[in-house]
Amino acid sequence: MTRPTDTAPTTVAAEAAGRHRAANAAGDARPAKGDLLTVDDVHVRFHTRNGVVHAVEGVSLTLREGEVLAVVGESGSGKTVFTRRVMGLISGSRETDVEGTVTFDGITLSDLDAKGLAGVWGKEIALVLQDPMTSLNPVKRIGAQITETLVLHHKLSKQDANARAVELLRSVGLSEPERRVRQYPHELSGGMRQRVTIAIALSCSPRLLLADEPTTALDVTVQAQILDLLGDLQSRLGMAMLLVTHDLRVVRSRSDRIAVMYAGRIVETAPTKDLFDAPRMPYTEALMNAVPPITGPNHVRLAVIPGRPPNLLSPPSGCRFSPRCPYAQDRCLTEEPPLRPASELPGGGIEGHSYRCWYPVGTPENAEARRRNVERGETAAGTPVTGEMVPA
Amino acid sequence: MSSTTDMSTDTGSVLEKTRDDRSADDVVLRLEDLVVEFPAGAGQVVHAVSGINLEVRRGETLGLVGESGCGKSTTGRAIMQLPRPTGGSVHFDGRDLAALSPEEVRKLRPKLQMIFQDPISSLNPRRRIPDIVGDPLVVWGRGADKDKVVPDVLRAVGLDPDQVADRRPHQFSGGQCQRVSIARALVLEPEVLICDEPVSALDVSVQAQILNLLEDMKARYGLTLVFIAHDLGVVRNISDRVAVMYLGRICELGPTEALFDAPVHPYTRLLVSSIPSMEGAQRGEVGTGEMPSPVSPPSGCRFRTRCPLATDRCADEVPQMREVAPGRFTACHHPVLDTAVGEPIAPAVTAVPTTPLTASNGAGSNGAGSNGAASSRTES
Repeated sequence: MTRPTDTAPTTVAAEAAGRHRAANAAGDARPAKGDLLTVDDVHVRFHTRNGVVHAVEGVSLTLREGEVLAVVGESGSGKTVFTRRVMGLISGSRETDVEGTVTFDGITLSDLDAKGLAGVWGKEIALVLQDPMTSLNPVKRIGAQITETLVLHHKLSKQDANARAVELLRSVGLSEPERRVRQYPHELSGGMRQRVTIAIALSCSPRLLLADEPTTALDVTVQAQILDLLGDLQSRLGMAMLLVTHDLRVVRSRSDRIAVMYAGRIVETAPTKDLFDAPRMPYTEALMNAVPPITGPNHVRLAVIPGRPPNLLSPPSGCRFSPRCPYAQDRCLTEEPPLRPASELPGGGIEGHSYRCWYPVGTPENAEARRRNVERGETAAGTPVTGEMVPA
Repeated sequence: MSSTTDMSTDTGSVLEKTRDDRSADDVVLRLEDLVVEFPAGAGQVVHAVSGINLEVRRGETLGLVGESGCGKSTTGRAIMQLPRPTGGSVHFDGRDLAALSPEEVRKLRPKLQMIFQDPISSLNPRRRIPDIVGDPLVVWGRGADKDKVVPDVLRAVGLDPDQVADRRPHQFSGGQCQRVSIARALVLEPEVLICDEPVSALDVSVQAQILNLLEDMKARYGLTLVFIAHDLGVVRNISDRVAVMYLGRICELGPTEALFDAPVHPYTRLLVSSIPSMEGAQRGEVGTGEMPSPVSPPSGCRFRTRCPLATDRCADEVPQMREVAPGRFTACHHPVLDTAVGEPIAPAVTAVPTTPLTASNGAGSNGAGSNGAASSRTES
């Protein structure tokens, strides 16, 4: 199998680059590194038999051209619902309330109907899903699945489309592409299938790729290959990418910015390096400490986050993380902290770093809150404070 | 990284190691030439485990790692005789389980317990938590102790016996169900606990709770753990020694830190360099290809189709396990000694074409199909 990095730049890359250059040269309305995707105060509520689930609550973010933004969160944090809302796969209905706007390159996606969205899907925005076993059609040949969007958007002839499919498969590092186009999904392994779904996503050279846990179902060696492939294609094609994952580790070296989600909200967002260097939100700090280190001695006692992610049917009042937070004070239980810029903190912070906490990590207020909780042996939420929770 | 690293090292009270006062000869479990094969239809055979030798010492945690389909779960189950291995022997406390009658095996099972990956589906949804945990006692005629022992065990795993008294599994989260599974496994005070991917179905924030709990339980009940997982960070932290498996064979075995810091087998090097790291950039060495089908494994060394160091010899001769440094074993003709991970290893003359690794011949579709199936399903 060819290494993804070894494959010569294909016409896919060349074309996309050309198109982007042309767009810019033509003095197009959009600036060279402008905002490609703007999400403003998006809410998604599901009405279920047991009550209303507020899955996404007031999420706003922007994604610039060619940027990789990672959305990190545990199961139930709303990251997948959010991605689907961006794509337009979730829209208002009797059971679902949606609010807020999603703007892609001047087009308000959240206003488009199914027909309008169909003109954008695949062509401008593409999606790669977690499970390559179920996201491919089991009774259709690989080639036909790849060319579907090409034929739809570019009106390619069958023969041209087929040649293009072979080329796409080669560009995602699949061996023997000529034979693969005639195979069915069950004939390929998980990693190969994920390469196929990436080839499909890239077939029309989209400008935005949404990748929802693209490697969670894969083995660690294959995971590294797929992430490298995505990163490589992303930078070669100049695509913007929204990489959704539960694993902070996989985005450390593969994203420009990170947004951490908890219980339907963004609780911290920052340029990747800054987030790892100086997390401000206790949840982010706790997530980092909970992962077993891969250097140093073994049998290290892991820092523990007590409890579990909240049930969104009845989220806790005040700060959503307060029942699990080692620093929680009375204020955290009643008042929800807004997303505030870290640059206002005494130590300063980098532009674009915001957090949602009354007692941000690394401040004297935080140290004081910690001292008080350790002294009384529990947080304001009544969670016992143990040595495992609070770093000494 | 400064602040977070400091915090984690501060928190990390390194557990006391009992390794020194434990004799290396005190072997509680010994696998000899263990073979497990499954029929794959059309006269084909899945070679899930192909002759592994392994010793588990009393009181240690042995990690078993590898990609899906490498046979690590099958090995764990073969130890439990679920199902019985096709060949070889499993010595537990000096008796060969494979040679015992089913009734005799059953009598040894209380000493040998297992916890599984999916905590919710491994509990009976219709029974109450105290009944689930207390059942092993009833089965072994100690039902009278139930009211005394069960609350103790539940408390030990961090559950409040009064709170869970009337509850059933669906009323709990995955992490809590995993605590119940652990309590059920511990109620008979086993000697060996086999953990098959115990935390891979759990959220990151809950995973640490269960890993710490396993360490506590190991200390409290004097357990020996066989810890099977694909997450190398997790295995690295919990294990004293690690065995790396590839396509049904063990390719490297050694003390955890040494094995991760200076892997000897090219496959271990690939695995270690694939670990996503909190500390930053990937450590070089990106792998290519995927695991071949266990229906028709490559001749000689099974890793040779993906190995940068493969030579003719690797195709002809199965590499035997040998000691390359004190306590470190590897099955490789060209072990990498003295090269840190990330530094390029000089590829020898590659005589073996790096073949595409699925369906490459007439039996193509079958082979690839079962390959895919194996890689996705053998775990659970």
